[in-house]
Amino acid sequence: MDGGILEPSLYMVKAVAILDNDGNRLVTKYYDDQFPTSKEQKAFEKNLFNKTHKANSEIIMFEGLTCVYRSNVDLFFYVVGSSQENELILASVLNALYESVTVDEICDGGIILDSDATSIVQKVSLRTDDLNIGEQTMAQHLSKKLEVLQSAKEQIKWSLLK
Amino acid sequence: MHMLRRDKKEEEEGGGNPFHNLEKSVVLQETRLFNETPINPKKCGHILTKLLYLINQGESIGTTEATEAFFAMTKLFQAKDPVLRRLVYLGIKEMSKIANDVIIVTSSLMKDMTGKDDQFRGPAIRALCSITDNTMLQSIERYMKQAIVDKNHAVSSAALVSSLHLSKGSQDVIKRWVNEAQEAVSSDNIMVQYHALGLLYHIRKYDRLAVTKLVSKFSKHSLKSPYAYCLLIRIASKLMEEEGAGTDSPMFDFIENCLRHKSEIVIYEAAHAIVNLKNTTAKELSSAVPVLQLFCSSPKPTLRFAAIRTLNKVAMKHPSVVSSCNLELENLITDTNRSIATLAITTLLKTGSESSVDRLMKQISSFMNEISDEFKIVVVQAIQSLCLKFPRKHNVLMNFLSSMLRDEGGFDYKKAIVESVITIIEENPEAKEAGLGHLCEFIEDCEHTVLATKILHLLGREGPRTPTPSKYIRFIYNRVILENAAVRAAAVTALAKFGAHCEELLPSCSVLLERCLLDTDDEVRDRATFYVDVLKQKQKALNSAYILNGLQVSVVGLERALHNYTLEPSEAPFDLKTVPLDTQPVSEQKVREPGDSVSKATDKVVASTQDIYAERLAAVPEFSNLGSLFKSSSLPVELTESETEYMVQCVKHCFGRYMVFQFDCTNTLNDQVLENVTVHMDPAEGFDVMKYVQCPSLPYNKPGTTYTMVRLPEDPTQVTGTFSCTLKFIVKDCDPNTGEADDDGYEDEYVLEDVEVTVADHVQRVIKPNFGGAWEEIGPENELEDTFALSTVKSLEEAVKNIIQFMGMQPCERSDKVQEGKSSHSLFLSGVYRGGHDALVRAKLAMSDSGVTMQLTVRSTDPYVSEVLVTAIG
Repeated sequence: MDGGILEPSLYMVKAVAILDNDGNRLVTKYYDDQFPTSKEQKAFEKNLFNKTHKANSEIIMFEGLTCVYRSNVDLFFYVVGSSQENELILASVLNALYESVTVDEICDGGIILDSDATSIVQKVSLRTDDLNIGEQTMAQHLSKKLEVLQSAKEQIKWSLLK
Repeated sequence: MHMLRRDKKEEEEGGGNPFHNLEKSVVLQETRLFNETPINPKKCGHILTKLLYLINQGESIGTTEATEAFFAMTKLFQAKDPVLRRLVYLGIKEMSKIANDVIIVTSSLMKDMTGKDDQFRGPAIRALCSITDNTMLQSIERYMKQAIVDKNHAVSSAALVSSLHLSKGSQDVIKRWVNEAQEAVSSDNIMVQYHALGLLYHIRKYDRLAVTKLVSKFSKHSLKSPYAYCLLIRIASKLMEEEGAGTDSPMFDFIENCLRHKSEIVIYEAAHAIVNLKNTTAKELSSAVPVLQLFCSSPKPTLRFAAIRTLNKVAMKHPSVVSSCNLELENLITDTNRSIATLAITTLLKTGSESSVDRLMKQISSFMNEISDEFKIVVVQAIQSLCLKFPRKHNVLMNFLSSMLRDEGGFDYKKAIVESVITIIEENPEAKEAGLGHLCEFIEDCEHTVLATKILHLLGREGPRTPTPSKYIRFIYNRVILENAAVRAAAVTALAKFGAHCEELLPSCSVLLERCLLDTDDEVRDRATFYVDVLKQKQKALNSAYILNGLQVSVVGLERALHNYTLEPSEAPFDLKTVPLDTQPVSEQKVREPGDSVSKATDKVVASTQDIYAERLAAVPEFSNLGSLFKSSSLPVELTESETEYMVQCVKHCFGRYMVFQFDCTNTLNDQVLENVTVHMDPAEGFDVMKYVQCPSLPYNKPGTTYTMVRLPEDPTQVTGTFSCTLKFIVKDCDPNTGEADDDGYEDEYVLEDVEVTVADHVQRVIKPNFGGAWEEIGPENELEDTFALSTVKSLEEAVKNIIQFMGMQPCERSDKVQEGKSSHSLFLSGVYRGGHDALVRAKLAMSDSGVTMQLTVRSTDPYVSEVLVTAIG
């Protein structure tokens, strides 16, 4: 919790994650070496999930990092940065992640590429003539896993209908 | 879509994720389909997605397999399907680190990057840069430069961001792109502007002048991107830190102006920057705090969190500035986000008055188990500082800490509590018994060996000196019965200390120790045997030397001395007096005791500054026969004014019969090289200069070292003196650019300030955890006593500070702290004098109208040492 000034740099995001409602990894990207192995990464995700899935309070200091998060029924979205990072910047990235369900066009190697959901969605919607395909391709492009996200979205719809 | 629906049904049954049972080998097998013509984009896309999913799950794929899959993937460039193409880009980025020969796709990516299809160009650039190394960078340079200034924003951003990634490998090439970056900053797209500013700063960050210009230019020319503003604020505050600039700096004006920006992100960044500036005073904070105060009432949790966290930081140093926000803070203590509530309470604890403590503690205990360990530690620290601020509240606070000790929690949390309790005990004698009691209870059920041994050590040190030492014995002996070897060993040592200090407990302690003689662990048994035998002698001196006060040598030094001894076997026994003494600060010595393998294993032993000096001196052949280094003066003394032609600092190294003066010199003239540099010393009476070790060459701005060795006077009571010093050297003019010197030079000299040798230079600070024991151990044989009137000293605190400084000895029993409002005080000092003589000083101080009167008593193992020390003050 101690202070200090951040080195001016575009590298602001340490990790981005989307987890399912059991805390399992759907998509995650780590942008520095804080958690070098897959094992450490998954342990971090699990602990983070345990701390956050019940309390819907948007922000937490966790293992010396600032994590902002949002959930939507059964998807959990996280953006992680240094504890000195401007929390509002991380929140703006989270917002983009939540609105567009996209990783690759939001953050490149830890640098925020774009945080405007509309512009991100534009970059990835390739064809709008067929709505189904359009929606499908969007999710596919952005988060590398068409089906996983698609099903995730479907699940959200299902859960809302129930 | 049919396939998808099916997937969905499966997942309803199978628990959510259609990919959850993918087999790596099967998926890799499937990638062979990529080679088929014509390509089926949908099918291939599905397979590639599965592969990416596996990699993302952390599945490790061997280089050969990855390379094979990568090559198969390159075939997919033949398909025009946009979805598939984007997946291929992702595939390239993911596999660039695990497959070989990835540069094979360079030409395909370059084609996409310069092609007509805008939606491919940005992602293609980013994929290309992930496979580009330094050797290939030049071949794509022209295209990158074009891309940076491309009118398509996505392309320009992709190129700028990729340039930053590439600059990790080769800064030189990227530097040539500065003009393009400059052009891109004026883009009307906010992200391009931000990325370009980032790249521009990265290229110029080592050129302070250029960075200053950058900030002043863009702070006027209004940027559109809030992110770019944040970056500029960070650059500006870094510049201010480096220059030590104050609020009159235009940088500060810029940051302060940002407090009125329309974006919350920028406003907060500016407030955060002001709070974190090193020289911030209440005045500068007055503009930042109201902004944060406003954020405290925001409906957005993140904004509230950010604001309260920053206010909490302000409250550590400037509680009065934050107290204007107390009303807002009160509203936050019931916030649903527990992190915010905790921060609000701990901030209030810092800004509030003594009367609010009880209420706040009650509030915080209501949700203590809902917050994370990190925040619990914040609470613990707040309680600790509160306890020091309001000593009368120690009962409430100590009880709270002890209930926290009983709760669930990780190691770091428990450690923080234990350390807080220990600090409170040390600062407030009234809290000692309650605190020790709580700690005793804690070790009854403590799973952390490190904490248990730490507490046992504390009990051994403090317990015997409480009014009822016997009540701790049971807690300690329980550990001997129930715990692991490390804890048992610590418990045995603690028991021995009770036996050594309290005569009435000696018989029972001996009985308990004898029961440990058959312990299964070697260390425990050895300790017990040793202590039983020492206690049997019933000699205070032995008790003090071997039980109550431990070894005083530096661990690193002991290791080196023993190693040397084994290298050169000799008939003479190993002499502990040749080992350098431990020079670590008091707080770190608490956990170390003789043969305590536990604390050594957990406390990392680091080489002290003196160990480093010793090593450097040992490397100088002229000093090889001086024996071991006894003491190095702690801080270098400046012998020149700052900003003069030459800068010289002096460190004094004391050996048994010699003193070596180390002069660290820097030549600040770039058109001169100095050669054969020495510092000539005009010695005080009785001292003789024996040797000069010159610094052969002193080029511009490269520090060099020269030594002067002096023999100490024969008369053992003559130890102080003043030396006048002159820097002597040969000057050669040189070319400032190449550093090439002329062949001819001339002799010159430069007068330095005098160097003082004081009594403190001959004394090493050494702590005696049990001063009383040590006092008895040395005995009255060489005792000297004198009374002084310190007329110039205005307070007891000042007297204590001065005496410690003159003597160069270590205050014991926390006697360096004078209790407020007292008119008399006893100061206990201990140290070792050159030659390895133990020395103890007891100074009784009394305040009177005419100043402070001091009765000084010195005990030492050597009569001359007592004489030198008594005369140190005068």
